[in-house]
Amino acid sequence: MQIAEQQSVKTACWSCGADVSGPLCAACGKVQPATEQDYFAVFSLPRRLSLDTKVLEREFYRLSRRLHPDLYARTSELEQQWSTEQTSLVNDAYRALKDPIARTEYLLKLEGMAIGEETTGKKQQPPADLLEEVFELNMQLEEMRMGGDDPQLRSDLENAKKQFEAQLAQADADLAALWAKWDGALAEGDLTAQMASKEEMLALLDRRRYVRNLVRDVNAALDGQSGDAPTP
Amino acid sequence: MADERIVGIDLGTTNSLVAFMQGEHPVVIPGEDGVNLVPSVVAMTGADARSFVVGNSARKALVESPERVVYSVKRLMGRGIEDVHEELKLFPFRMAEDIGPGEVLRIKLGEQQFTPSEISAHILRQLKRNAERYFGAPVAKAVVTVPAYFNDAQRQATKDAGRMAGLEVLRLVNEPTAAALAYGLDRKKEGIVAVYDLGGGTFDISILKLQDGIFEVIATNGDTHLGGDDIDNLLIAIALDDIQGELGLDLRANAEAVQAIRKAVIEAKIALSTETTSRISVELPDGKKYQRELPREAFEQIIKPVIDRTKGPCRQALKDAQVTPEQIDEVVMVGGSTRIPAVRQLTDEVFHLAARGKKPHIELNPDEVVALGAAVQANILGGGSAATENMLLLDVTPLSLGIEALGGVVAKIIQRNSTIPASATEHFTTGVDGQTNVAIHVVQGEREMAKDCRSLARFDLKGIPPMSAGLPRIEVKFLIDANGILHVSAREQRSGQEAEIEVKPTYGLTDEQVESMILESFDYAEQDFAERQLIEARNEAETILTAVEKAPGNAAWQQLSEEERTQINMLADELRVLRETGERTAIQASTEALDKATRRFAELMMDAAVSSAIGGKTMDAAGENLGEAPTVPHPFAPAEIK
Repeated sequence: MQIAEQQSVKTACWSCGADVSGPLCAACGKVQPATEQDYFAVFSLPRRLSLDTKVLEREFYRLSRRLHPDLYARTSELEQQWSTEQTSLVNDAYRALKDPIARTEYLLKLEGMAIGEETTGKKQQPPADLLEEVFELNMQLEEMRMGGDDPQLRSDLENAKKQFEAQLAQADADLAALWAKWDGALAEGDLTAQMASKEEMLALLDRRRYVRNLVRDVNAALDGQSGDAPTP
Repeated sequence: MADERIVGIDLGTTNSLVAFMQGEHPVVIPGEDGVNLVPSVVAMTGADARSFVVGNSARKALVESPERVVYSVKRLMGRGIEDVHEELKLFPFRMAEDIGPGEVLRIKLGEQQFTPSEISAHILRQLKRNAERYFGAPVAKAVVTVPAYFNDAQRQATKDAGRMAGLEVLRLVNEPTAAALAYGLDRKKEGIVAVYDLGGGTFDISILKLQDGIFEVIATNGDTHLGGDDIDNLLIAIALDDIQGELGLDLRANAEAVQAIRKAVIEAKIALSTETTSRISVELPDGKKYQRELPREAFEQIIKPVIDRTKGPCRQALKDAQVTPEQIDEVVMVGGSTRIPAVRQLTDEVFHLAARGKKPHIELNPDEVVALGAAVQANILGGGSAATENMLLLDVTPLSLGIEALGGVVAKIIQRNSTIPASATEHFTTGVDGQTNVAIHVVQGEREMAKDCRSLARFDLKGIPPMSAGLPRIEVKFLIDANGILHVSAREQRSGQEAEIEVKPTYGLTDEQVESMILESFDYAEQDFAERQLIEARNEAETILTAVEKAPGNAAWQQLSEEERTQINMLADELRVLRETGERTAIQASTEALDKATRRFAELMMDAAVSSAIGGKTMDAAGENLGEAPTVPHPFAPAEIK
């Protein structure tokens, strides 16, 4: 992987005064205060969306071995705090980048796009091509909630579940194709193509989120629970 | 640094242990009595708040003066009065009457009141002393374990307890993770490991990925109200029902009697781990004897609802880790309750072990493995050694962190199972012109509504420069550190000067309160260690002498032979002299001799106390009230009451 767009700023090491550009001073090895960095820069990666998660994991382990607070238990309070901040940055970055959806959402946010908030509780509009299926599904779900748990209904729901899961898989495949488009546009510096692929990804993520919620609702109905997360 | 010893401590609901790395292996440090397990029981022996005993000697006091003894205090750590209703029905905690919601609990001992952290500090101090006795040198730093499913407040309370005991808690480690470390030391294995930890009061399940010495927790789940105690309570309920049914005798409010029944059912339960049948046998207040046969089959039917409750968390953890049972390479068993054959069978079922020719790991003593792992982590923090080289633990936060948004909905900012340290940044603003305060409600849990989650803290952001509504931009950073404890910092960005905002949490103990609760005896931490040991030896001598002085008033004294009594009096006289003038070693030797000579007396006294307690003495205060414990349906034949 090539190193591009690394956003680190050169500063002087607090301990030995040498120039530093990473989490540790290359001269004396001391941990440095965390600087604001995007998650790709934490792993010295370009903002490409296709990435090898095995390589990412190896890099995550390598950075953890150098920055984790366990290694700084015997240092000053300040160094311990910096190690905690540096490690949380690495952890936050790894968590966002290793997951395909979180990675895409993060990139779009980083690129200034507004991501549909999941937490507002607002109901999304169904994608136009799914209107009919969604309408039918909602009827079935309502029937299930009213206590009509008959085998026919159950099998209808199982079918709907399969259908929407296939939609979900399709969305994932489509997303991977859009990654390639973004990565290509990024390499060529084609801003128009970049913008276009971002818009496409945004629309696809919206659709995917909608379908995922449907699958979750169907699963909950089949398990006889409400849509809430499990109680701890 | 080599001479700075960092110990590993398992601060358990039922028992506590201290361990350290001796060369390449972790070992448990025994107490003065040579026993590794220190019962997590604390008794106040004098009228003032300074004389406490911990462990087996405190357990003895449980029968004599239960109102001065606390056990299972871990159940109260970091909790509010609104959280502990169930606990209070089943455990004989005597709470101060004037505790408001959200306030730190206070437990009454005699005339005094103590927070759960203070009680735990006494246990920690005992372990610290045991380690110091063993090393002959002071110990000031420790790694302490907590259930993986402990929330922020419970972790903070544990850390506070360490500070009160004069121990710097370098790290809180999750118990199942510690167990994995202990196992991982000998087997340089790679793969996916599940740790099933069923202790006295809590259940944890953790799934880890082991690779190149990195122990990466990928998911954890659990139940902080599930353990061996629940099994005991079921059996006690059955015995109480029997006794009431057959004799019309309601013993629920009789703390001593319930205590005796508790002891009997625990013995029967333990026997069933190796035998196919056992017997609950208790002497009753009216002199009759309650006995019942307890075949393993019946026992397993009774406890099924309890142990089945561990399945849900296991399945959720597998789901969160995105692995199937078949992908689990090893299962490690931790906690005393995993000795129950039915529990082993359950893990086999959940993780499809036998079908794949695998067995759960039980090689290390399930009571000790957590402390051993804590010692391994202590060694890593101390700079490591050949044995721990390259080992690194990456743990997760067990519960999602969220903030209450408009309408009481939770906006999750850090998801459960995120590797810690982890952070999140949120922005807030004001709703009224000139507003200088913003309140943030932080919760932990998985539910969608804030009221259904555990309220962690209400932070008040103060000192916001007055501006028009909506103009301030307050950046709040939430950081969960490697101990799983939350830190919040805030700054206002719009006013141009990035004003630091004061963040005031409204729960738990303040720094000043913790400071004031630091155990008094630590005033001499600075003093010469030898002098401190001398004081301790004198205190121990004092304790036993006081007991001997009271002895002739006890009926058990008459059961001793003339020779035994003379011997005791002679040794006591000798100790009285030495206590004032003797050297530490002489005092200790003499104390030990007297202790040995009085051992039979102590046993007689305890037996007598049990039967006399059951002989109809009424219990003062709260007592061990089993409350509304439901009548348990059970598959038993009728009990025998003779």
